Parts: sequence; C-alpha cells; structure tokens
Amino acid sequence: MENIKRSNKQDNFQAPDFYQLDDLFSDEHKLIRDSIRQWVKQEVSPIIEDCCQQNYFPQHIVKSMGEVGLFGPQLPAEYGCGGLDYIAYGLMMQELERGDSGMRSTASVQGSLVMYPIYKFGSEEQKHKYLPKLAKGEMLGCFGLTEPDHGSDPSSMVTNFKDDGDHVILNGAKMWISNSPFADIAVVWAKNEQGIIQGIIVERGMEGFSTPETHGKWSLRASATGELVFDNVRVPKANIFPGVTGLKGPLTCLNSARYGISWGAIGAAMDCFDSAKRYSMERQQFGRPIGGFQLQQKKLAEMLTEITKAQLVCWRLGHLMNEGKATPAQISLAKRNNVDMALHIAREARQIHGGMGITGEYPIMRHMMNLESVITYEGTHDIHLLILGMEITGENAFV
Amino acid sequence: MKILVCISNVPDTTTKVTFTEGNTRFNNAGVQYIINPYDELSLTRALELTEAQGGTVTVINVGLVDTEANIRKALAIGAHEAIRINAKPVDAYYVAEQIAEVAINGGYDIVMTGRESIDYNSGQVCGLLAEMLGWPGINVITKIDIDGGKAICERDIDGGKEKVSCSLPCVISAQKELTEPRIPNMRGIMAARTKPLQVLEPTSNQAHTKVSVYELPPAKSSCKMIDPANAGQLIDLLHNESKVI
Repeated sequence: MENIKRSNKQDNFQAPDFYQLDDLFSDEHKLIRDSIRQWVKQEVSPIIEDCCQQNYFPQHIVKSMGEVGLFGPQLPAEYGCGGLDYIAYGLMMQELERGDSGMRSTASVQGSLVMYPIYKFGSEEQKHKYLPKLAKGEMLGCFGLTEPDHGSDPSSMVTNFKDDGDHVILNGAKMWISNSPFADIAVVWAKNEQGIIQGIIVERGMEGFSTPETHGKWSLRASATGELVFDNVRVPKANIFPGVTGLKGPLTCLNSARYGISWGAIGAAMDCFDSAKRYSMERQQFGRPIGGFQLQQKKLAEMLTEITKAQLVCWRLGHLMNEGKATPAQISLAKRNNVDMALHIAREARQIHGGMGITGEYPIMRHMMNLESVITYEGTHDIHLLILGMEITGENAFV
Repeated sequence: MKILVCISNVPDTTTKVTFTEGNTRFNNAGVQYIINPYDELSLTRALELTEAQGGTVTVINVGLVDTEANIRKALAIGAHEAIRINAKPVDAYYVAEQIAEVAINGGYDIVMTGRESIDYNSGQVCGLLAEMLGWPGINVITKIDIDGGKAICERDIDGGKEKVSCSLPCVISAQKELTEPRIPNMRGIMAARTKPLQVLEPTSNQAHTKVSVYELPPAKSSCKMIDPANAGQLIDLLHNESKVI
C-alpha cells in the first residue's frame, strides 16, 4: 500500500435518476445506497486508479468492506450478516461497481459465491465457523468452479475427491478464480467417486493446496485473480456441504452473483455517463462546449435511455428476488443486457472524452477494460443468450 | 454521561436553490435533504465520548415527519435514541426554545450543536440554548474532552488556539476539525429500525421572525481582462462599477 498514491481529485459523482426511481425505494434503501456511495468516495475513489495502473489488490480494503457491511448483506443477521433484502444488496453492488468492477467482484465472490453457499448448503457448524468472520472481512473467500478446460461447460469438470476415512483426498485445478491469491478459504466444486458434483471448503494451509496468481491481466487489475491447485489435499469430510449435490449447487450461487452483477453494471455505466456529461460541458471546441453538438448529445441521450431501462429491470428483478419468484432466465436477461449496456456506454463515453478518455485521469478506460471480464464471467454473454433461447423455445442449444 | 445532539435537516450541498410564492418560500421540490454536516460532527464526537466513558447519545430534531429519514440515519450512525419536535423550524430562537425544554427535563450533561446550519447559517442556536438553560456555552470548538466533570475544549482564534474549560452541564457547537464523520454501516442501519424515536409536540407555535423575501446573489458576470500596464483602469472599475472600494 505504501507505493499506492492517494489522489487528491474530488469524486463529484452524481447518479442519474431520470425516471425518479428514488420514489420507488424506501428511506432505508436510499440510506444504504448513499452510505455505500459515501464509502466508495472515501475509500475506493482516491486509490483505485493507481491500484489498477499498478495491478495491485488493496488488501486492506477487505476489512473496511466488512466493517461497512458489504459482505453477505442479504444473509441473516444471526450469522453476523446484514439481514437486508435483495434491493439493498443490488444497490450496494451498484455503488461498489460505480467505484470499480474489481472491488465489486471481491464483494460478489465473498457474499454470493462463498457465504451464500455456506449459508444455503452448509452445516450449522460450517455456518457458525465461517460466516461471521467472512461477514466482518476477517476472512476472505474464493469460489472454485471454472477449470482450465471447462468454463461454460462446468459439468465436465475433472477436479475430484476420493474417500479416505474421516477425510477425502482432493485433486485437480481451478482457473480464473477471483480473490484466490489472498483467500483464506475456497468453496470448491468437485466430483466424488460416483462422479457427482459436491461442494467442499478448502482452507489455506492444507498440505498440497496452492493458489498461484494470474499475471498480465488488462482487466480487473485492482482485484486479485489466480488458480486453485489441489495436489492430494486431505480435506476433512466435515468440510463437505451436506445440503446439495449436483450442478444445482454452484448454479444457485451463480444466480445470486449474477443478480448482483446486473446492478453493478449500472454503477459502472452511471460513472461513465456522469464523467462524459461533465466532460462534454467543460470541453470547449469551436467556441462552445462539445455537449452542445448533436453527435455528443445523441451519445448522452442514448446512454441515459439505456441506464434508465436497466434501472427499471433491476428494480423489478429485485422485488422478484425478494418474493422468491425470480427465475434463472430472468436473471440471465438482466445480467446480459446490463453488462452489454455498460460496456457500450463505456465505449461511447470514451469517444466523448477524446484523447483524455484513454488516460487514468478519467475512469472510462478502466471501466471499459473491467467490463470485458464482467461480460465473460458468471456466464458469458452468449451463454446467457442460450439460456434465454431455451426459455423461449424449450429447445436446448448448448449441446 | 448523557449527551443531547441537535441535528438540522438541510438541503444537500449540491442543491440548486430556487424560491416560490413570490420569493417568500424556499422551493423544496426534488431537493434531497441531509443532516447538517456540522451537526454530524457533533454526533460523531458525542459517540466517541460515550464509547470511551460510557453514556448515551440522544439526537433531537425540530421538524416535520419528512425529517425522520435523516433522524434514522443519525440512529444508524450510532445514536441510542431520538426525539423529534413535531414543528417546522421557523427560526433559531424558536428551535432553541423547543430544544431547551427537552434539555431541562432530560438531565443531559452536554448539549451539542453544529456551529451553524448550512442552509440559513444563523449560528445562533448554541448561544441561545446556553442562555435559555443558564449553562456555560462554548461556540465553534475544534476539540472537546471530558475530565473530572469538566468540558475541556479548544477553539481556533486569530493566529493560534484557545483552550477553554467549563463545568457540566454545558452547551457546545462544533467546528469542522472536531472529528471525522462516520459512515453508517449495515449493522447500524438494521439496528436503527428498532431504536426509539419519540415524537413530541412543540411547546410554542409562536415564531419570532418572518421572512419577507429571498433574493439570489447576482449572476456571475463575464470576466474583464485588464492590461497589467493599466492598473488605474482596475481601480476605476472596482470603485465606480463594482463599488467595492
């Protein structure tokens, strides 16, 4: 952290609310959103640009994220979690990704991919052992599903474990794992001797378990990504989730994470729009602000239109999540649409910023590069299209 | 130790100010309200004092029901309970009268306010309260500690600092450097749901002042460039056109 420069630049972000969505949120929702917005301005904005430039994960921020309540806010308070609803969770992810997709990824993985499966499928012992520490940021977790040769087709995974008395022996490797280089625990999905997928908690320090970092990323540079390598790792059977078998386990977690991403993408889009709007009014060409020219106005008008549509999709989806009615296909629609929307807005905003848009003076290029990961992880853009295609026609186009 | 912190509900600092009803009322359509930032500093310092020495923090607001969102925020930041005087805060004297009534009956050791509210900036409530209560009052403080039943405060003065102490109970108002404000965390927001918020009717409905008219400052005029060799023209413009010298 000593090499990271704190920027003195004021974060003047103002969120667009063209359809007065604030009227649809409770006072508590707005307080939650505004608190995280303030936290992001204070803790993330001053360092994020330099962290990304230096490809540095600000590990100290994990504790601060835990203190403000960014980990597992939608899980029950009895395990030290937030006890809030899905609208609150979504608004928090929106604000966090407004700061940076890498920061949101850290929170998404911890909350939706580590804490959520422990809560949903874990034993009471597992819940009490891990959830309070994960919620406080005293422990960092990661989620191992994707393998080097098995990404969109996780059912073909080869990571496996064999019975060994009170323990199992785990072998295999996972790739593209957010948080892995710093994680204290990993929720790993692997096949048992019958070839059935089960979830198992692997702790750092277990012999044969290593987490090499992935270098050379041009995206999510402030978030740590790595591998999980299991070389005859002896894991107690007590670490296996008793509550789920099969691909349903990891896919249930992904639904929760994808929901958060659909809100998060709005945050990144908002930041690009806000920066582009501000820049277009400040930048003078031909004797007046470039915001006065039709081509720039077209870009800004289309950005606001798409952000407003995405906000309404998320608001409705949040209520469906609260009522337990949201389907995986509905979540796919929101994730696919909103991330694509945000990426498109980042590219348009980059154009409005001209040459300045490629520098770290503005957040645009950072968001754009981050969103290339976001449109790929947690189900690629194309896979979500196939999920929707199957929903519409009943025909499976995956195989 | 019992501390009463006075919080005002003020327009967000980015608000574009306009008026209605023949420029006699502030137009609050679409305006987002926040806790007055100086009051938030008082609240934070009050929490720090009670966390270190034990005690409770009560927040009080004079306002109608729409101020409750910010009262809940104060509870989420950590205040133990809240009181809302159900009345429009017409002027500083009226507000101070309402708060004084609660302070007398509540057995508080310290009443804390901000140095001024950022909307009307009158900066009077601290002094008025001290006078009404007959307690010592120290205005615009940058530091406060409690030791041996005394409040020991610091204030900025021209070219230095002034250390002032007084016996409890007392009234103080906070200046910017007092502490750093706290961001409510999710556990605090959850806890705020069930913390007591008492609504009291005002003791008096008599306002002592009335706003006749509001005026916005004159719009910024364009910048005039003057040749450095022609300083006399600058003096002439400042004297005859701007009438500032």
